[in-house]
Amino acid sequence: MTSEPLLRVEGLRKHFALTKGILFARTLGYIKAVDDVSFEIRAGETLGLVGESGCGKTTTSRMILNLETPTEGRILLEDEPIQGLQGAALSAYRAKVQAVFQDPWSSLNPRMKVGRTIAESLIVNASGDRAWGDPARIDGRVRELLLQVGLRPEQAQQYPHEFSGGQRQRVALAAALASRPKLIVLDEPVSALDVSIRAQMMNLLKDIQAEDDVAYLLVAHDLATVRHMADHVVVMYLGKIVEQAPTVSLFADVRHPYTKALFSAVLVAGPNRHENEIELKGEVPSPLDPPAGCRFHTRCPYVMPRCSLQEPALREVSPGHAVACHLFDDA
Amino acid sequence: MIGETVLEVRDLHTHFFLRRGVVKAVDGVSFSLRRGEVLGLVGESGCGKSLTALSLMRLLPKGGARTIKGEVLLDGENILERTPAEMREIRGRRISMVLQDPQTSLNPVFSIGDQLREAIERRQRGTRAEVMKEAVAALRRVEIAAPEQRIGQYPHQMSGGMKQRVVGAIAISGEPAVLIADEPTTALDVTIQLQYLKLLKRLQAETGMAILFITHDFGVVGRMCDRVAVMYAGRIVECGPVRQIFEAPQHPYTRALIASVPKMSGPIGRLTTIEGQPPSLMDLPVGCRFASRCALVEQRCLDAYPGTVRVGEEHTADCWKVVPR
Repeated sequence: MTSEPLLRVEGLRKHFALTKGILFARTLGYIKAVDDVSFEIRAGETLGLVGESGCGKTTTSRMILNLETPTEGRILLEDEPIQGLQGAALSAYRAKVQAVFQDPWSSLNPRMKVGRTIAESLIVNASGDRAWGDPARIDGRVRELLLQVGLRPEQAQQYPHEFSGGQRQRVALAAALASRPKLIVLDEPVSALDVSIRAQMMNLLKDIQAEDDVAYLLVAHDLATVRHMADHVVVMYLGKIVEQAPTVSLFADVRHPYTKALFSAVLVAGPNRHENEIELKGEVPSPLDPPAGCRFHTRCPYVMPRCSLQEPALREVSPGHAVACHLFDDA
Repeated sequence: MIGETVLEVRDLHTHFFLRRGVVKAVDGVSFSLRRGEVLGLVGESGCGKSLTALSLMRLLPKGGARTIKGEVLLDGENILERTPAEMREIRGRRISMVLQDPQTSLNPVFSIGDQLREAIERRQRGTRAEVMKEAVAALRRVEIAAPEQRIGQYPHQMSGGMKQRVVGAIAISGEPAVLIADEPTTALDVTIQLQYLKLLKRLQAETGMAILFITHDFGVVGRMCDRVAVMYAGRIVECGPVRQIFEAPQHPYTRALIASVPKMSGPIGRLTTIEGQPPSLMDLPVGCRFASRCALVEQRCLDAYPGTVRVGEEHTADCWKVVPR
């Protein structure tokens, strides 16, 4: 395991302006989708980013993919800031950071043979390497990639509609792997798949990580998936990190009340005992007007007077395990 | 309390008749549902679980789907023999349904109040004020805060969890004996999912309705169901009490399916997978439908479909290899 982080995210913020009118647009307010988020991913490791809809996990991953520009903060890949990358440097970045999205039905071009989809990813990301003009070499690499994701080389000649959901997700993965990336953003990669297919895909992702030493940023809402895939977990609520820990210590010792509620809402596949279930009242407040102080205080079962006044800082409670909650102020 | 049988489905066959051939999506499904009970209908996409539900409601998709055989006995009366007009009286009052996506179940151009009113007026006539009072009460029953204000709102002004509550309020407004819930929480976040499941349980305790709960999520099954029926390629392959299905699954498909679910505790290793694909519903094998993917396959599995074997108290499995009890 290397000690230098591959990707560093420092004080990342993304505020979307909410406007009214077209010509003389007025700004009504800002949606703080991501608000001061920092974490690291090491080479060959998986970081799980967990939270409910609207918590900012997808916006964070889009900023890492350079599809959104942060309002504030920095993203560094191998100590190089990614903001302002242009031309060849930007292409090189895109080749190093790839993505697989949730829905394998919309992420592949239905009019393109899958071999062509994979080859295109190879050509586009080959930044300046003239050798990728050679069709035989491209074909060879496409065959290799299809085998790597558990498909047959001759399937390169088929169209996406001839594949099942799980197979399409393998094609999307092959296209992402084409440029030998250092990091792949996996945005809910298995949640659209059936249970038995999901397990195949998770095993495949782990095998590929072991072979290629690629790092994953796994955006997911299913904690059991995260437990099986991730080395570290970041839990987000309304644009903020509420808890951050190595997977093993998080699952052994959940600290933040929100994370606890999230864990207790996970329905275990088995005859359930639910004496200690925490049912959160209400819904996630609007990110347009997040609650003052701790953003979770409106739904927290352990709320104290200072929670609505003062925002808790993210502080370490045990090695590598950080929590943003006033319950741990004295810890 | 679980009482007498309210719904009994016998040997249901619903097929799609297409130009290319016949898709046997539901092909011999039988089960029963008792008052106050939650029966889970579990399976992967394309196994026929949703089409089973639509067959019970007699709301088959246009384009060649027909129920060609079987009986659906609601309080002893075969509703497959009722006329479309009679069916409209049955739907909503005696059997009701909640679908997966609350976004598409509600009409975006009518207010919540209007949509509830429509459901209530089908059951009882009254002045506008009376019906509106009833609608507010229906929203309060599904635990929507400030129902008097919400009643004038439109679906887009509500969150997904709230919309699904409104759909629930409409579905139970006629006090049906049977509620079919087709993946009602799949589109919701986990904490909202838990709220909704608990609400359904509370409503069931109040009304004593029977719930047929369709899902692919074994976590939801464990939380909600009294009994589980596992479907594969158009048939129920195993049916039994929830505890037995989890602790001692008998059919190899059920066993493999439960083993492939990532767990929240225990060792983290490679997940068990089921290799291969389900058979095409247009070209089903004569033998066991799971045979091509089964680790225990034998010649007799390929030659003939196994009968339904009793393997325990209220527990059955369709497999040649299980031990009858």
